[in-house]
Amino acid sequence: MKTVIAEELVKTYDKGKVRALDNLSLDVEEGTVLGVLGPNGAGKTTTVRILSTLLRPDSGRAIVGGIDVIKNPDKVREIIGLSGQYAAVDEILTGYDNLLMFGQLYHLGKKNAVIRANELLERFNLTEAAKRPIKTYSGGMRRRLDLAASLIVKPKVLFLDEPTTGLDPRGRQEMWGVIQELVKGGVTLLLTTQYLEEADQLADEIAVIDTGKVIARGTSDALKKQVGGERLEVVVESAHIAKTMQIVAAVSGLTPTLDEGLRMISAPVSTGSKALFEVLKNLDDAGIHALDVGLKRPSLDDVFLSLTGHSAEKKEEVA
Amino acid sequence: MSAIGDIKVITQRQLRLLTRVPEVLIFSTIQPVMFVLLFRYVFGGSIDTGQPGGYVQLLMPGIFVQTVAFTLAGTASGLAEDMKKGLIDRFRSLPISQSALVVGRTLGDSLLNIVVLAVMGIAGYVVGWRPTGGLLNVALGFLFLLMFGYALSWVGVLVGLSASDARVVQNVSFIVTFPLTFLSNAFAPTTGMPRPLQYFAEWNPVSTMVAACRELFGLENQFGATAGSFPSENPLITSILYMVIIMVIFVPLSLRRYKRSAD
Repeated sequence: MKTVIAEELVKTYDKGKVRALDNLSLDVEEGTVLGVLGPNGAGKTTTVRILSTLLRPDSGRAIVGGIDVIKNPDKVREIIGLSGQYAAVDEILTGYDNLLMFGQLYHLGKKNAVIRANELLERFNLTEAAKRPIKTYSGGMRRRLDLAASLIVKPKVLFLDEPTTGLDPRGRQEMWGVIQELVKGGVTLLLTTQYLEEADQLADEIAVIDTGKVIARGTSDALKKQVGGERLEVVVESAHIAKTMQIVAAVSGLTPTLDEGLRMISAPVSTGSKALFEVLKNLDDAGIHALDVGLKRPSLDDVFLSLTGHSAEKKEEVA
Repeated sequence: MSAIGDIKVITQRQLRLLTRVPEVLIFSTIQPVMFVLLFRYVFGGSIDTGQPGGYVQLLMPGIFVQTVAFTLAGTASGLAEDMKKGLIDRFRSLPISQSALVVGRTLGDSLLNIVVLAVMGIAGYVVGWRPTGGLLNVALGFLFLLMFGYALSWVGVLVGLSASDARVVQNVSFIVTFPLTFLSNAFAPTTGMPRPLQYFAEWNPVSTMVAACRELFGLENQFGATAGSFPSENPLITSILYMVIIMVIFVPLSLRRYKRSAD
């Protein structure tokens, strides 16, 4: 069963001049994780805002847990949890105050709200910081508390909008652990991210979006295959570029690309370190000393380059 | 009646903010107390009122009205801050009554006004303010002040939700409240103003509120009720009308704005 369905969603801003969503369609199977991957301004946040009842689309249909989001937003709000890009908790209140307040707003009653707040603080490793105002929390702690606030009533469907953007690597790791735990509990999750690695870690399936449309969809492996997996990069002296191009082409089986400024030759490879070793050996045999050589895993940018032909980074920010 | 419960939770949140950041309360009382001292001792000496008990009797109602008028700015900047932090989104994604957040906010700000007015009343008493209207009328005067603050708080909701930036909110609130409080009979007689300003000052809701409070506090001299215009002759009724008009316009507008705060 599909727990989340978005059908041909259109949303424009600025009297139709900015098309944030352009017939976007996607769905999430019950109990699975869909990673929505895309650069800033691709329409990730707009999609989440529509599915979580915060925004009305200009046209299209959105169903969450079998309920029409546009016709019955109140019913949808009862079964979803939302954790946004910015930690949406009250900075001045303590962690405990925040969870208690949200628990009461979910109509748990004071007694149950207290129990639930303590449970969640414990589970997210925040018990020690429970009585401190949020403004003293680290970025990672804030995000965890924000996530905790979205889990108060054990939602059927959870929306996480860029849950790790702005976190340091350690905070990101912690957040991933927490999300993986949640997924084991069987929640249906739609998560947006700018990082291929994150989608790879957390999602069963990935939808790549660009300029308000889904441009590719599939498992992480399928997507990587499409992108071409790892890339081999070699930097050499100008005099050796031509010969090196030949060597890399022979190993990769594909025409390498050359960045003349950096004197870097690169090509997709499917055999990883084996290809690296082979290229190094052939360069050595030809008497060429490589200044730098390495294997690069595909980034969001690579996904975009191969899917759209343009870079992810140079796009204008829309919403 | 879960809506009432929701409103209560939001109002509690706001009161809890006060206990966590007592500076807010301290600064929202220090400023009006400074105004009391400034006008009482710096300007007051050169304003001849012929009022028994002196200028301070006329001044205090003016300061009270000015103080509650600033509720507009308080509500506006609080909501703008919530919006910026994404809290409004979180509240809107909850299965709660969609008006609870703004209703709770306006009520919380009015409760804050009770405390501020109490502190100001004491400060006034210390510098010689002695209302003579009788306990009931004085209480009624304060109730009026709270209602006026509540009505303006709804204007603040619209300002706070419409602004793109918290600093803009400060400026807009200032531009709205500053001329209203000074182009009035609150601190000086309107009779000294140029004709057009005098009309504005007489019809200004701040003036009618000040005049109404003066009446309830037992003063004869209306301090600039000049040309016998309707508002200056009937400040109580006009003030009630103004409050009703403000609420009728701004409650639906603000609620609509809240429900669509993202579109």
